[in-house]
Amino acid sequence: MDLLYARAQMGLSLAFHILFAAAGIALPLLMVLSDLKARRTRDPDYTALSVKLAKGTAILFAVGAVSGTVLSFELGLLWPGFMGTWGEVIGLPFALEGTAFFTEAVFLGIYLYGRDRISPGLHLFSGVMVALSGAASAFFVTLVNTFMNDPVGFTLTATGPVDVDPVAAMFSPGWVHQTTHTLVACYQASAFAMVGIHALVLLRHPGLAFHRKALSVALPLACLSALVQPLVGHQSAEHVARAQPVKLAAAEALFETQRGAPLSVGGLPDMETGTLRYALELPRGLSLLAFSDPNAEVKGLEEFPRDEWPPVTKVHLAFQVMVGAGGAMALLALVTLVLRWRQGAWPDGRRMLGAWLVCGPLGAVAMEAGWLVTEWGRQPWILRGVMRTADAVTPVGPLAVPFWTFTLVYLFLGVMVVFLLVRQVSGTVPHGRESHEVAHAH
Amino acid sequence: MPTELLLGGVLVAALVLYALFGGADFGGGVWDLLASGPRQAKQRELIARALGPVWEVNHVWLILAVVILFSAFPRAFAALSVALHVPLTLLLLGIVFRGTAFTFRTYDARADRVQRRWGLVFSGASVLSPALLGLCVGAMAGGELGGGERALFSGWLSPFALAVGLFALCLFAFLAAVYLTAETNEPALQEDFRRRALGAGVAVFVAALGVLVLARGGAPRVWVGLTTSSYALALHAATAVVAVLAFGLLLTRRFAWARVAAAAQVGLIVAGWAASQYPYLVVPDLTLQSAAASPVAQRVLLMALAVGAALIFPSLLLLFRVFRAPPRTS
Repeated sequence: MDLLYARAQMGLSLAFHILFAAAGIALPLLMVLSDLKARRTRDPDYTALSVKLAKGTAILFAVGAVSGTVLSFELGLLWPGFMGTWGEVIGLPFALEGTAFFTEAVFLGIYLYGRDRISPGLHLFSGVMVALSGAASAFFVTLVNTFMNDPVGFTLTATGPVDVDPVAAMFSPGWVHQTTHTLVACYQASAFAMVGIHALVLLRHPGLAFHRKALSVALPLACLSALVQPLVGHQSAEHVARAQPVKLAAAEALFETQRGAPLSVGGLPDMETGTLRYALELPRGLSLLAFSDPNAEVKGLEEFPRDEWPPVTKVHLAFQVMVGAGGAMALLALVTLVLRWRQGAWPDGRRMLGAWLVCGPLGAVAMEAGWLVTEWGRQPWILRGVMRTADAVTPVGPLAVPFWTFTLVYLFLGVMVVFLLVRQVSGTVPHGRESHEVAHAH
Repeated sequence: MPTELLLGGVLVAALVLYALFGGADFGGGVWDLLASGPRQAKQRELIARALGPVWEVNHVWLILAVVILFSAFPRAFAALSVALHVPLTLLLLGIVFRGTAFTFRTYDARADRVQRRWGLVFSGASVLSPALLGLCVGAMAGGELGGGERALFSGWLSPFALAVGLFALCLFAFLAAVYLTAETNEPALQEDFRRRALGAGVAVFVAALGVLVLARGGAPRVWVGLTTSSYALALHAATAVVAVLAFGLLLTRRFAWARVAAAAQVGLIVAGWAASQYPYLVVPDLTLQSAAASPVAQRVLLMALAVGAALIFPSLLLLFRVFRAPPRTS
C-alpha cells in the first residue's frame, strides 16, 4: 500500500511540475519572439505582449521552481533505495540541470526587473538566455529518464554498480529521440495553450488587435511543433520497439507475437482473455510503423513473464490519448497553414478560432499522457531490468499522510495559478471589470 | 587533495551560500511578519524590493546542495532522507508556500486584504522553514539517526536539534536585518532595522549558548570535534571575533561593513559546524569517505560543477550589478 502511495505522490508531483516546467521552457521563447517583433515593427502591442508573457513566465516559473525542489527531495524521501545506489550514476545530468536552472533564474530576474535598467540589447540577450537555459534544463532532466528506461554505463554486480561511466549513462541509446520528443512537447503544449487563450478572448471580443498579434506570435510555433511532433514521436516509437518491446506491446495492447501486426486504434484490453476489444485495426500497420516492414514480427506481451508486464490497460489508454491528441493537433495545424497560405494571413474566422479553443488544452493533455506511457510502461521497474520499483521505496510509513497533504497543496496551488493567469489575461480585455486594477499593477 | 574532500568542500560552500542568501530571504520573511511601528508598510516594501529580483536565485543553492549530496554521497542522501523524512517533508511544504505566496503576492494586482493574506502565508512559512532546516542540521550533528528505520520521530525531536532550529531562525533573522540596514538610504528605516538587528543579535547569542550547553549531551561527536579539532576551534574563535565585530559596527552605524561582518559570521558558523562534524556526514554511520561515490563519478561531477560555476558566477555578478545600478529611466 505504501508503494502505491509513494508512486502516487511522485506521479502527482511530476504531473504537476511538468506543466509548469513546460511553460518555463516555452513562454520565454514566445516572450523573446514578441520582443523581436516589437523591435522590428515598433508596435507597442508586441512590447505589451512580451511584458504579459514575462509576468506569466514569472508566475509559472516560480511554481515550477518550488515543485522542482519538492521533486529533488522526493527522490530521496520516497526512493532512497534507488538514489542510494544509483545517485552517483545519474548525478551528472542532475548537476547540469541544476546549472541550467540557475542561469534561467538569474536571467529571468534580469529580464523581469531590468527592463528599465539595462540596454535593450542586454535585455533581449537575457531573454534569450532564459529561453536557452529552460530548454537545456528540460534536455538534461529527460536524460535521467532515458537512463531509467535504458540503463547503461556501468557493470552490475551483486553489491551494486561498478565501473561507473556517468557520461555513457547520461547518453543512453534513446537519448536523441526522447529529449527531442520532450522538448517539442513543451513548446507544443505551451503554444497551443496560448493560442487557445487568445482564441477565447477573440471569440468574445472579436477584432481586438492585441490578441490577434498574440495569435500571430504563438501560431507559428504551435503549427510547427504540431507537425514536427508526429515525426519525432514515430522515431521514438521505433526506438522503443527495439529497446523496450514490452512497453510497445503494452501501448498497443498486443498480447500475442505476430508477423504483420495490425495497428490498433482505441479499444479496451481484456486482461482475462488476453485480447483487445472494440479496437479499430489497420492491417500490418504496427509492423510497418515500428520496423518499417509490413511483415516484421512484433513481440507480444506473451513473450514476457507475467510479473514484468506494465499495467497494460493504463499504458494502452494513455498511449491512445497521446496519439489521438497529437493527431488532432497536427490536423488543425495543417488546416491552419493551408488557410494561411491561401489567404496570406493567419486565419481568424470564428470556426478556426473555435477549433483552436477546443484544441488549446490538447498539447498539455498529450504531454501528460505521453509521460504516463513512459512511466507506466517502465513498471514494474524503476530502473528497467535492474531494480524494481518495490525495492526502491522508503521504509518510512505511513505514506498516505504526505500523499494527501501534497495532493491538497497542489490542488490549491493549481487553482491559484489559474486564477492569477485569468486575471493577467482579463487585464487586456477592454471594459473588463479588472482591467483598471491590472493596468496599475506595475 | 582527495576528490571526496573537494566535493565535501563544495557541498559546504553551497550550504554557506544558501545560508547567506537563502537565509537572508527567510529572515526577510520573519521581519515581514514582525513589521510594526509607524513605518510598517515601508518596512514590508523594502523587504519585498530587496527580495524580488533574487529570491528564486537564492533558493537554487539548496537544490545544488541536494544534487551534490545525492551524486557525490548517495548513501548519505538515502540515509538522511529516511531518518529525516518528517522534518524534510515539512521543510518542503514551507518552501512551497513561501515561494508561491511571495510570487502570488508580487503579481496579484488586488490590494490590501488578499495581499495581506498572502503576506501572512509567506512570512509564516519563512519562520517555520529555517527552524526546520536548523532542526535537520541539529539532528544530523546529534547522531541519533541510526535508530530504527521506521522510527518517525525519534531521531530529530531532541532538545539539541530543537535548539539548533531556534538558533538558525535567530541567525537568519539577524542576517536579514543587518542586510536590510544597508538596502535603504532612509535613516528612519535604517534605524528600524538596526534595532531589530541588535535585538536578533542578542537572541543569536543566547541561542548559541543554549546549543553549546546542549551539545555535550545532545551531540557528543560534534562536542569532541569541537573541543579537540584545531580547525574547528580556530573557526569557532573566528566566529566569535566577527560576531563581536558585527555588533560593534551596527552600534556605530557602519552598515555596509556590518553587512560584511554578519555574512562572515554566518559563513563561519556553517563552516564551523562542518569542521566539527568532519569526517562524519551522518553521525555515526557514514563518513565523507565511506559514503562517497566511485572516483570516476566524483571527477566527472567536479568537472560539471566547474563548468556550472564558470557559467553561474559571471551571470550572478551581472544580476547584482544590474540591481545596484540606478534605473535608467523613470
